[in-house]
Amino acid sequence: MHSRRNFIKISSIGIGATAITGGAIKWAIGASSSQKLSGGLKSSPVWKKVPTYCEVCFWKCAGWAYVTEDGQIQKIIGNNDDPQCNGRLCPRGTGGVGMFSDPDRLKTPLIRVSKDGEQTYREASWDEALDFIAKKMKEIAEKHGPESMALFNHGSSGKYFTHLLNAFGSNNVAAPSFAQCRGPRDTGFDLTFGESVSSPEVTDIRDTRCLVLIGSHIGENMHNGQVQEMSEAIDKGAVIITVDPRLSTAASKSKYWLPIKPSTDLALLLSWIHVLIYDDIYNKEYVAKYAEGFNELKEHVKDYTPEWAYGITTLKPELIRNTAREMANAAPSVLIHPGRHTSWYGDDVQRSRAIAILNGLLGSWGNRGGIFFKEGFKIPEFPHPEYPKPTWSWQNTLNGRYPFAKEAVTNTIIEASIPEDGKEHQIKGWIVSGTNLVVSIPLKEQLMKAMQSLDLLVVVDTMPMEITGFADVVLPECTYLERYDDLRATAHREPTLALRMPAVEPLYETKPAWWISKQIGERLGLGAYYNYTDFKEVLEWQLKQVDLSLNEMERVGVKKFARKTPVYIQPGLDHQFKTASGKIQLFSHELEGAGFDPMPKYTAHAQPEDGFYRLIYGRAPMHTFSRTANNRNLVALMPENAVWVNPQVAELWGLKKDQYVWLKNQDGVVSNFPVKVRVTQRIRWDSVYIVHGFGHHHKPLTYAFGRGVNDTELITSIKIDPIMGGTGMRGNFVTFIKDKPRQEAKS
Amino acid sequence: MRYAMAIDTRKCVGCSDCVVACQTENNVPVGFCRDWVVEVVDGTYPNVSIELRSERCNHCDNSPCVRCCPTGASHFEDGGIVLVEHSKCIGCGACIEACPYDARYSHPEGYVDKCTFCIHRVRQGLDPACVSVCPTKCMNFGDLDDPNSKIVNVLKNRKFKSLAPEAGTKPQIFYLV
Repeated sequence: MHSRRNFIKISSIGIGATAITGGAIKWAIGASSSQKLSGGLKSSPVWKKVPTYCEVCFWKCAGWAYVTEDGQIQKIIGNNDDPQCNGRLCPRGTGGVGMFSDPDRLKTPLIRVSKDGEQTYREASWDEALDFIAKKMKEIAEKHGPESMALFNHGSSGKYFTHLLNAFGSNNVAAPSFAQCRGPRDTGFDLTFGESVSSPEVTDIRDTRCLVLIGSHIGENMHNGQVQEMSEAIDKGAVIITVDPRLSTAASKSKYWLPIKPSTDLALLLSWIHVLIYDDIYNKEYVAKYAEGFNELKEHVKDYTPEWAYGITTLKPELIRNTAREMANAAPSVLIHPGRHTSWYGDDVQRSRAIAILNGLLGSWGNRGGIFFKEGFKIPEFPHPEYPKPTWSWQNTLNGRYPFAKEAVTNTIIEASIPEDGKEHQIKGWIVSGTNLVVSIPLKEQLMKAMQSLDLLVVVDTMPMEITGFADVVLPECTYLERYDDLRATAHREPTLALRMPAVEPLYETKPAWWISKQIGERLGLGAYYNYTDFKEVLEWQLKQVDLSLNEMERVGVKKFARKTPVYIQPGLDHQFKTASGKIQLFSHELEGAGFDPMPKYTAHAQPEDGFYRLIYGRAPMHTFSRTANNRNLVALMPENAVWVNPQVAELWGLKKDQYVWLKNQDGVVSNFPVKVRVTQRIRWDSVYIVHGFGHHHKPLTYAFGRGVNDTELITSIKIDPIMGGTGMRGNFVTFIKDKPRQEAKS
Repeated sequence: MRYAMAIDTRKCVGCSDCVVACQTENNVPVGFCRDWVVEVVDGTYPNVSIELRSERCNHCDNSPCVRCCPTGASHFEDGGIVLVEHSKCIGCGACIEACPYDARYSHPEGYVDKCTFCIHRVRQGLDPACVSVCPTKCMNFGDLDDPNSKIVNVLKNRKFKSLAPEAGTKPQIFYLV
């Protein structure tokens, strides 16, 4: 028997194939089949279709859960009417059923207890767990004020706990999606255009003539709509330019791949700006009409020539010029993609500003093939009493830092949770919903210290993620396939509403987050904020206000609405940007006023020492964050991550394909687990690459435990963006350890 | 009628959605697959290229698996779809050895299993599950005998190749390059 049927054959070995051209088409078309016909097969059964929208990532594609006669979820298929997925879910969405069927799910509430001097969890009833939480929250409010409760959240469930905290009297609500992810981009675009690019992004990839990806690996990040649109753009012959030290999937489909030296992106961006201005190929009409600060910018980038950038980026001046010309030729139907995970080097707002300025110079904002104007459908909020006004909020935890943080910065909330004598704004209790902080937050020492000091830590999740191990109370949430949730109201090209309803009853003792929030709220005397017995009533009420009904939504799943406003700037009509002056800010007076560079400057970042390689991390299309590494429908596609090593480096170290090594970073931190070596020409010699989300060290994740390496444990050097508090994580370097380290790695 | 697939390697991102969709559509046991993704890397950094391909049974017109099957379990259905009739299969594995594409596997229940082109869907006028789920729409499924079909159109207008042509199996899966 063959042993080669390893699950998925992502490997460098393929079966030989010979390209044939249209001339040799004879076999393919025209030849008749020699096969005779024979008997039939039974047709597929009729399954119940239940509308949902996906919760495996933040894209929230709408789909249908197909439920069999015996109540099993057979499959999940995209909703054809949903513009976010066009009937086609990504692998994670298709495999979303694995979240429901995961044998390691949290099953009952758990309360931390001391037993024979050892801390452990014991199963608890919902009443007991909820009473405990309410009692603790009341104590915290009495002693320190309700503001001392904070929430960390990600995904649909966060909304219910935000409501709970707001009703309780706190708005200390933070999400890693800001300071650890898209915050720098949002801030940079906001400072330039007066608004950011939202989620799903308002990028017109579908109709672009030139797509520039710099630090965005569409196709590996499976942001469904964008992947679909990039494919459409390839079909239409769009020029793709990808800047990446690694030959990403997108880079392999690009006309130009710019294999940049990592950490030098801003030098390239500035030299592109230089070429557009000094070769006089920027969009003059657009800039004259909509932008201000051009003369200052022109003077500012005078010396940022491609020749200057060559020495920094290792990219040839001609390549920089040619790609700038490609952008100019396509303008305004050109998109320098803003990216999403942008917290890299601590000057990330400035890099995002440079991307925004490039888009501004080319005229892409408001034009077809660039960045379009979104429109959403407004759903009224279910009535509730006004929230009490907190006496202090997350802004106070900034202590005068990060003046352009428009959302709470996770790290300052964590910092505020470490007790200090005389600390004015002290946080004592956390609710953590849908985010595995232990893996997503860098600056682990601070995180651990904070968690050790809390009076209450409640974790709500579907899975026993690492963070649950630190909780006083663990609440088992049911998965998205077992609950009603808020309507998904998306603002994009077309305004849409999508419904999520339970396909099946919740397994075990799990409960929906809306129920958990309501139960805690009622125990806190906040029942007036939860004027319903079932969340269904909220949806019914909301839909009624806009002349829709739950019945109809259950039938269609997704509702599209006609736009009332234009998608692009209308010819002949003026357009006001949402900045103070109504113009695009090439020069930022706001930044200047706060003591920052009004225009981006290149700063050199630390480079690896001899024998070390820059740690680059990213996504694989079949996994989301650290959330899917235990999903049995997905793990076989990629059971563990591998460290990508250039063959020259591998030879230097004597590393062989599939050999396991430990990684050690510049601060001496050794990875918990060993990781497989992938020797590949796709990665630069000065860097290594790993897919994020592996190396789980929590044993209850029975499949994921010990598989691969966790990039964030090696990210100990953090460069904080002074503009908005983003935590730059790309300034870490690793080396290889070939033999098992003597000391057991800490867990 | 002659069913075939033309898969556009320029658009495929190797996400493996085809694999997951096949599993949930066809109850393929976890740990096995009827389709898979191959990545071929060529060149030296920075002059490197990648080809990503979604592979499966080629539903060959000259099928070694059908020829070698001692019980007739492996057979042709309408449109040239190669099927295994599970009740006739004795699990001898001759077809697994004979297939140049490694497209078949031993099902834990004792028979040999592989891609069916989702014949149960095709008969309802639907695309196979892998084709219908693909986010990049890189897969075209259709009838090569229908001159108006999209698959005929793309094969006429694009360069393409098939796998292991030297095996002489006349495969029905074409890769647009």
